[in-house]
Amino acid sequence: MKRFSLLIAAMTLISGVASAGTLDDVKKRGALQCGINTGLAGFAYTDDNGKWAGFDVAYCRALASAVLGNPDKVKYVNLTGKNRFPALASGEIDVLSRNTTWTFSRDVKLGFTFVGVSYYDGQGFIGRKKLGVKSAKELDGASICIQTGTTTELNLADFFRVNKIKYEPVPIETNEEARKAYLAERCDVYTTDASGLAATKSTFADADKHMVFPEIISKEPLGPLVRQGDDAWADIARWTLNALINAEEYGVTSGNIDKMLKGTKNPEINRMLGTEGSLGEMLGLQKDWAVKALKAGGNYGEIFDRYLGEKTPLGLSRGLNALWNNGGVLYAPPMR
Amino acid sequence: MTNRITLGNIWFDKRGRGYLLQLLVLFCVAIFLAVITSNTIANLQRAGLTSGFGFLGDQAFFDINQRLIDYTSQSSFGRALIVGLLNTVLVSSLGILTATLIGFIAGVLRLSNNWLISRLITSYVEVTRNVPLLLQIIFWWAILTSLPKVRESISIFGVSFINNRGLRAPSPNFEDPFIWVCFAIVVCLLLTLALYVWSGRRQKLTGETFPIPLAGLFLLVITPLVVFYSLGQPINWDIPTRTRFNFRGGFNITPELLALWIALATYTGAFISEIVRAGILSVSTGQSEAALSLGLRKNQTMRLIIIPQALRVIIPPLTSQYLNLTKNSSLAIAIGYQDLVSIGGTILNQSGHALEVVGIWMFVYLSLSLATSAFMNWYNKRISLVER
Ligand SMILES: N[C@@H](CCC(=O)N[C@@H](CS)C(=O)NCC(=O)O)C(=O)O
Repeated sequence: MKRFSLLIAAMTLISGVASAGTLDDVKKRGALQCGINTGLAGFAYTDDNGKWAGFDVAYCRALASAVLGNPDKVKYVNLTGKNRFPALASGEIDVLSRNTTWTFSRDVKLGFTFVGVSYYDGQGFIGRKKLGVKSAKELDGASICIQTGTTTELNLADFFRVNKIKYEPVPIETNEEARKAYLAERCDVYTTDASGLAATKSTFADADKHMVFPEIISKEPLGPLVRQGDDAWADIARWTLNALINAEEYGVTSGNIDKMLKGTKNPEINRMLGTEGSLGEMLGLQKDWAVKALKAGGNYGEIFDRYLGEKTPLGLSRGLNALWNNGGVLYAPPMR
Repeated sequence: MTNRITLGNIWFDKRGRGYLLQLLVLFCVAIFLAVITSNTIANLQRAGLTSGFGFLGDQAFFDINQRLIDYTSQSSFGRALIVGLLNTVLVSSLGILTATLIGFIAGVLRLSNNWLISRLITSYVEVTRNVPLLLQIIFWWAILTSLPKVRESISIFGVSFINNRGLRAPSPNFEDPFIWVCFAIVVCLLLTLALYVWSGRRQKLTGETFPIPLAGLFLLVITPLVVFYSLGQPINWDIPTRTRFNFRGGFNITPELLALWIALATYTGAFISEIVRAGILSVSTGQSEAALSLGLRKNQTMRLIIIPQALRVIIPPLTSQYLNLTKNSSLAIAIGYQDLVSIGGTILNQSGHALEVVGIWMFVYLSLSLATSAFMNWYNKRISLVER
């Protein structure tokens, strides 16, 4: 039960697992412990074979593949908005990949290191079309479903205070509970990251009766994070994400990677794939770490298209998450 | 005659050995505590985390839907915790009162000679005792949230409304003269008490009884009502009105509170009914036969002879049911009732002070439990003194 896992997480903090060498721990264990959602279409869900899949899961797989050479060597830990941080702080997981917003206090005060942004998001609202509401500012007196322990809970309070309007918060632990409460009309609107709204809406039987308001009330840069204090591990997590993004920029895909391994004219690609230089060794990994990461599920663009893109039920467009040279803000530092 | 314990014979002396072993255990516990404390501090430092309770003064920045005291998102974490604590106390007290009521009624009825009634009660007890409480809480929440939507609210005389967001009823605003009504109630309460004592004495001396319930009813209900109306009804009712999304005004009982309350009360009520039944059965049948042959009526026998004796058997296990109910109320988190654990969890998450929040949880539940058992022990002593 949730309250027990919180307690246990706090207890493990006591017993002391914050050892310095996460990489060694992962190798010794032979599995990466990756914190993911309790379930959110597109981001973390169980596929037809009962295996976890999704945008957030794909990152876990790429990282496991880069470190252990096998994308299946992941132990998934499902976490709510509330118990994700104690789980990471206590060492129950090695990395958290769960729609988590990079904020000052999480980075500085909670003692975590964000390794980058995998999805630029913002907080939105979903409501029934019959309400006739066009903007969140018209929600005076409404009941609003909100996940506790999230940034969205704080943004919501700020937004209504600043606009001097009232609301009844209906606090909820997981996205699934929020979905149920919203469909039962316990609340008029549900608010969370816009990507999460699209994901939730995609599961409604009567999706066309609902609409996501055009309004976005916050910045929610989502990305993976690790415990502060193990820079070597943070580097591995960071550059695995960067490799996925750079691969899209350089045009390296799961389809053409084997051909590119025979050598290309672009030294940047060669360095990334380990046919030139020694980036892998610098990270303390094998030469072909990035190749393995890419073979797990393709580059960033492939992963996005497979789980979130316009051809999926979520139907999200790249928007801000397009590459910098393609109208977006996705910009990974060079592999040099 | 006891031998003197000296250092030489300490191990061979039974009592001395006992002391020594206890000291050893105490020593080990102390070492254990010291180790985990220093280990924790070292780990916190390594993780760059600060500890201490200073964060309770920081602003919370989140909202809470049910609050018994003033609270806004600008209030402190500490105040948020108090809001949660009060919500825990609220649902626990409501639960304890209702569970006791249900338990006593069901316990007595189960012994009834009426086949249908006793069977009905038996099935209630068996079903509620054997289904996990968490499921029952979710069950009631699901029922309550499938009530009619706000637009189709069930209206009670156009002033109260029931819908899937709970029960909304008018809330009273007391005007100044209302203080006289309160005054009248207090005076009547004292009068009733005096009457009770007087009639008890008189009954002992002369055997004559006095219709206390009737007199009490008159004093406690009629008199304040008379005062209330003669002052021109000094209450303003804040009647809920329909707005675009919800109702505004009056007070609201959320489905979360209702579901938790009903589930806790019926679940614990089933256990209490068994305790009550056992208590009643523990009083030998000779007692009621004797009372009946003395000419007491059936309900008098129950009230005056059986229940007072049964209470002595009932109170101790009843206490542990009350403690269980209070602790079980933390299952609130499953349906988003904002109790101490739920709000504490949010604070833990937003501030990162896991150990402190867990410490506060343990301290509060321990204190609540100790307070409940202290009260029940006092009550237990009081009624067992009557023993002859
Ligand atoms: N980005 C926000 C919100 C994260 C969040 O909880 N998102 C929801 C909806 S997008 C979610 O992932 N829910 C899945 C679950 O309940 O496990 C944060 O980091 O605080």
